[in-house]
Amino acid sequence: MSMQQQVLPLPGVVAPDTGHYRGDHLLVAEMVERGSKVLDVGCGEGDLLQLLEMRGIDGRGIELSREGVNRCVAKGLAVVQGDADTDLVNYPDDAFDYVILSQTLQATRQPRVVLENLLRIGRRAIVSFPNFGFWKMRIQLLVGGHMPRTENLPATWYDTPNIHFCTIKDFVQLCDEINVKMERAVALDMYGRPLRVNLPWWFWNMFGEQGVFLLSRAEKGK
Amino acid sequence: MVNLQPVASPSVHTEERAHEADHPTSRLAAFGADQPLKLDCGVDLSPFQIAYQTYGELNADRSNAILVCHALTGDQHVANVHPMTGKPGWWETMVGPGRPLDTGKYFIICSNVIGGCMGSTGPASTNPATGKVWGLDFPIITLPDMVRAQTMLIDSLGIDTLFCVVGGSMGGMQALQWTAAYPKRVFSTLAIACSTRHSAQNIAFHELGRQAVMADPEWHHGRYFEQGTHPHRGLGVARMAAHITYLSDAALHRKFGRRMQDRELPTFSFDADFQVESYLRYQGSSFVERFDANSYLYLTRAMDYFDIAADHDGVLAQAFRGIQTRFCVVSFTSDWLFPTAESRALVHALNASSARVSFAEIETDRGHDAFLLDVPEFFDISRAFLQSAGKARGLAGGLA
Repeated sequence: MSMQQQVLPLPGVVAPDTGHYRGDHLLVAEMVERGSKVLDVGCGEGDLLQLLEMRGIDGRGIELSREGVNRCVAKGLAVVQGDADTDLVNYPDDAFDYVILSQTLQATRQPRVVLENLLRIGRRAIVSFPNFGFWKMRIQLLVGGHMPRTENLPATWYDTPNIHFCTIKDFVQLCDEINVKMERAVALDMYGRPLRVNLPWWFWNMFGEQGVFLLSRAEKGK
Repeated sequence: MVNLQPVASPSVHTEERAHEADHPTSRLAAFGADQPLKLDCGVDLSPFQIAYQTYGELNADRSNAILVCHALTGDQHVANVHPMTGKPGWWETMVGPGRPLDTGKYFIICSNVIGGCMGSTGPASTNPATGKVWGLDFPIITLPDMVRAQTMLIDSLGIDTLFCVVGGSMGGMQALQWTAAYPKRVFSTLAIACSTRHSAQNIAFHELGRQAVMADPEWHHGRYFEQGTHPHRGLGVARMAAHITYLSDAALHRKFGRRMQDRELPTFSFDADFQVESYLRYQGSSFVERFDANSYLYLTRAMDYFDIAADHDGVLAQAFRGIQTRFCVVSFTSDWLFPTAESRALVHALNASSARVSFAEIETDRGHDAFLLDVPEFFDISRAFLQSAGKARGLAGGLA
């Protein structure tokens, strides 16, 4: 079964086009309201930004790799070379409606600080990350006795850029700690399909390959 | 015979150069006594003229005009044969049919800066009050003065908003000045290999160049034209020093290495034994053919004074507060005259203003001059930026 087989209905994107996009990108794009202003942190080669622009969303990006940035700029996207760990401080409060961190949190040096910055710059944040509690990961460590490697995370422990892995449970705990409100949480299975919403957290933590969270600032005092 | 003179005497005579300064082989916009140029130094410059070139057609709603700003020793002849040197335009790789600045789509304007020597009023022009060449009597000009003059030119062409202001080096500085001072008149800005302020190192190099000019006895305190001479040796040395800063160690090594010029062995003299020496001498000699020494003093000074943040309480982000202009900032990895860090500081300030900005650093060993050379990645980025801005401006439909 391929990712192309699951297609989320997405207003503004014609059906034949959705197949070109990653499942988590489609989910993220669906979470963003039309007409809003978005910053994509770690935007890679700009696939998500292009998807957002098709929906009439004003998208900007930051990307660490020069090659990625230049490919984005050559697509006409507003992308700058920068580092999530050091460059988010340059953005003013409330500059964006949404700040997106797609599959990048685990590669930052200070995930907590980055998360706090996302919700300072943006009124909302959308964070997706690989779930280290996914059953395949657990089995590799428990039975194989080695650091897990999957199709989506193929790097070995010594050359991976991912230095801060977490599970969905860990991430939810961090959100509680720094007073972040979870507006929506979705776990995607290994095919990029959303798991059923009425399942318990432990099931998500076991069978979700990645988590996608729509976050906002909790009311003060809560 | 051993040649110790680094820079050959110019074949272009002083009179010829003076004629081009007053009566350029270019389009001309003249501003009379009723339209003085208000200079930062407090002087009202009047009358004055701007020499410019245009390429392509202005569309019906006057929305496709691009202003190209030239660098320190550039001029308005961006995409046509130069009237004095007979060489192709200085940016024909970038401007022309099917080029990133497509003359089939856009109306391209390029004007000689105020203080220049190719037809816009400057120290090489005739002072109407005395009937003699201005020389050092010409008032000190700044980058904001150059841009103010350009706004008067754009007004005279009946253009309210420029689709894009483009420039590299000093041209990029003008593009940034345009955007900071007249944000509503600039739809997009393409700023290449430049900075929002001139660094101490760059001021130091300029001072070296100016001192070389002034140390030439033929400079005559700036009144060389009355002696029928030109300080070509001083200006040539200034150009040689500056030219080194436009390249990089890697590029010089790749191009010349330690290779000898037309000889097998050292001559044990101060002749140009090495290819790199010969190349620099050639650069110096060809430069003095087309450039006025006093103009070089004025334009380098204008760059030295440039500091956008200084006009905004030292906070660069203030200069771009609430700006709607779309930016593309480009730097080159081996550019040590305007290093990437300078562009990054600009990008951070633009981020702080929530401006729409693209920023690409292009890998090349060709140094600062890369913006004038054939660098395909740079062209792709420029083209895509303009296309995307054109879409937002509604240019795509009307200009197939």
